[in-house]
Amino acid sequence: MGMNNKVLGLIFASINDTNVIDLTKLRTMGSIPFGGRYRLIDFPLSNMVNSGISEVGVITKSNYGSLLDHLGSGREWDLTGKTGGLHLLPPFSHMGGGIYQGRLEALNNVREFVDHSKSEYVVLSNCDVVTNIDFSAALQQHIDTEADITIIYAKGMYNNEKNPSTNVLSVDADQNVTEVLITPAITGECNVSLEMFIMRTDFLKKIVQEAASKSQHSLVRDVLQGRKDEFVIKGYEHKGVFTRIDSLAAYYQANMSLLETESRTGLFRENAPIYTKVGDNAPVKYGLESTVKNSLVADGCVIEGRVENCVLFRGVHIGKDTVVKNCVLMQGTRVGEKCNIEAIVADKNIEISNERVLTGSADFPLYLGKNAKI
Amino acid sequence: MKIKKKCVAMLLAGGQGSRLYALTQKVAKPAIPYGGKYRIIDFPLSNCTNSGVDTVGVLTQYQPLVLNEYIGNGQPWDLDKMHGGVHVLPPYQTAAGASWYEGTANAIYQNMAFIERYDPEYVIVLGGDHIYKMDYSKMLEFHVENDAASTIAVIDVPKEEASRFGIMTCDENRRVVEFTEKPKEPKSTLASMGIYIFTWSKLKAYLIENENANTGSKDFGKDIIPSMLKNEERLFAYEFEGYWKDVGTLDSLWEANMDLLSPSVPLDLYDPKWKIYSRHNNMPPQYIGPNAHIENSMITEGSNVDGTVDFSVISAGVTIEAGASVKYSIIMPGTVIKKGAVVEYAIIGENCIIESGAKIGKSPESVANRDDWGIAVLGHDITVSENKEVDPKQIISANL
Repeated sequence: MGMNNKVLGLIFASINDTNVIDLTKLRTMGSIPFGGRYRLIDFPLSNMVNSGISEVGVITKSNYGSLLDHLGSGREWDLTGKTGGLHLLPPFSHMGGGIYQGRLEALNNVREFVDHSKSEYVVLSNCDVVTNIDFSAALQQHIDTEADITIIYAKGMYNNEKNPSTNVLSVDADQNVTEVLITPAITGECNVSLEMFIMRTDFLKKIVQEAASKSQHSLVRDVLQGRKDEFVIKGYEHKGVFTRIDSLAAYYQANMSLLETESRTGLFRENAPIYTKVGDNAPVKYGLESTVKNSLVADGCVIEGRVENCVLFRGVHIGKDTVVKNCVLMQGTRVGEKCNIEAIVADKNIEISNERVLTGSADFPLYLGKNAKI
Repeated sequence: MKIKKKCVAMLLAGGQGSRLYALTQKVAKPAIPYGGKYRIIDFPLSNCTNSGVDTVGVLTQYQPLVLNEYIGNGQPWDLDKMHGGVHVLPPYQTAAGASWYEGTANAIYQNMAFIERYDPEYVIVLGGDHIYKMDYSKMLEFHVENDAASTIAVIDVPKEEASRFGIMTCDENRRVVEFTEKPKEPKSTLASMGIYIFTWSKLKAYLIENENANTGSKDFGKDIIPSMLKNEERLFAYEFEGYWKDVGTLDSLWEANMDLLSPSVPLDLYDPKWKIYSRHNNMPPQYIGPNAHIENSMITEGSNVDGTVDFSVISAGVTIEAGASVKYSIIMPGTVIKKGAVVEYAIIGENCIIESGAKIGKSPESVANRDDWGIAVLGHDITVSENKEVDPKQIISANL
């Protein structure tokens, strides 16, 4: 984004946690493991850093222990400079109500931080959209069109039965957002909001202040819908691949999509890498009788059996004569010998004993909770 | 005010590694990739960290660019410290003039001021050309218990190989009575590993004496250890049991990588209590394609494998296309092996391109005269055109 505009990034780590309640029982949306070696927050965070943003605030809500552990000092994202850097913003309500309800209220809680940043613009993002995006192009459009608010959206399939908390936009030829609909009862290709926004910092402060004085807390309902005639609201179309994590099945399929070249190369780009906490794992060890096909495998895995169409996170062990198909196995999963498992989402550090047979389906992957022994 | 450190490590990383020459034309030997995601220097550096030695001087001289960048501020090894940490020490100019490091002892001599800043009681001198996991703190304990002037780490080698090493002869208390470089008729099988602990006050005196004597070699093995022995200083041999491998030749570099694939070799990179750290390059997990056939191999992040890989070590960001075959080989970072190419018994340097149909190396069985067989080696940044062949033992350092 260059030196000319000081931009502050704000990431909501806990928005839409309830869509994937299994995965967020012990963690925030932002700290859900994804793609073999990442956490969901790595994507918005790396996107911001790769776009030249050097100061980022992460707004948390609850269960943020794993998030703090993951982010540390922000070094892996190069966010440790003397100016800017990474700031974790735990929940705190000026209104005395404890934990915030909506993004506007959360932003009101962190207004001192926003003031202190002395930024000219802010970029807001949630953690439940996985994509690789250059915010500087969106900011340029925001400046050129003199918008008050720019909403980043993408063309994608929307199904109101399967996609909770999705907002759909109507955008005219001049990129004006003419309507924002919250989970409308339609199905088909739509302009799906990626819930990433660009505003001038002083504009953000103004709408946050005004909402607070009226006890309003929803960014979409109270501003994008409620005040749409007062403001210039523009849409910026993001053309890269994206997936939205809005159910366990969507989480599973988003991981599986990384086995397709187009998704993988769209997300992991040499000139815009996704940064994450380093694990210092050894390379993957393939045993004498291993067979691995069409899989994404993170370092530290030891594979003695057969693995097909899987995403294996760091340090997964697959025993001899075991067949694992269509599975997402998080960090530290240990599958014994002579097992047969299919369409499983295994949370961290699951142990599966010898000769077990476990089967889920693509629509309803079988989820195994963290640290379980089977 | 100086904050005292008990022990400072000095890592000799300036050697050219001339016997690895296709791989060391642009990088110093300690920066050569090993084991998929490491460089040789990761082993002594991680050993320091894991042993609680947090102050390390890395002496560089030959082609230091890659090494300097790789070490950086030492953060990957937890050696970015407010006081101490890792410091790269190239030769420098003084009021009295300037000189290159003339020998191992001279390199330490020229950096006495660095050591003195930490006022240490002990100094560990390490090389940058061995693969091993060793707890230096245990060796230091042994050194202190024996009230030694110097302790030399030794390893028991087979009798027939002993004449390739510096051999220690010891009494029953492990006190060294004789040291011979590459003896024709070795009296013992305890070989020096090139790892020394010195009581700093002693070493300092010998370094100054050696410098003034101007022997020409200014070397630990040739000068310092022999003169300490002559003066009947207390020298002890600390026997190391475990995996230790010199990677100073192309053959031994290949063997040391192959050792990682052997279940009987005691070098465990998966032990969470003694991790080997390395600088990370932000690559996604490896993708193994639908046509891949992989057995008994190690592959690391950022690689894309859709071909056959057998008994091989594949580094970060390597592409092996469908229909390509890699067996008994080491592929260094960023190399692309295109469809139909065959690589066997070879070391392929960084960022090479092997076009389709090219054939690099051969198995020992396929060569009529066994003396004609050896590892085929490609240096870094080399392109091998379609259908070209590289014979066993051939070393390639220009495009083919």
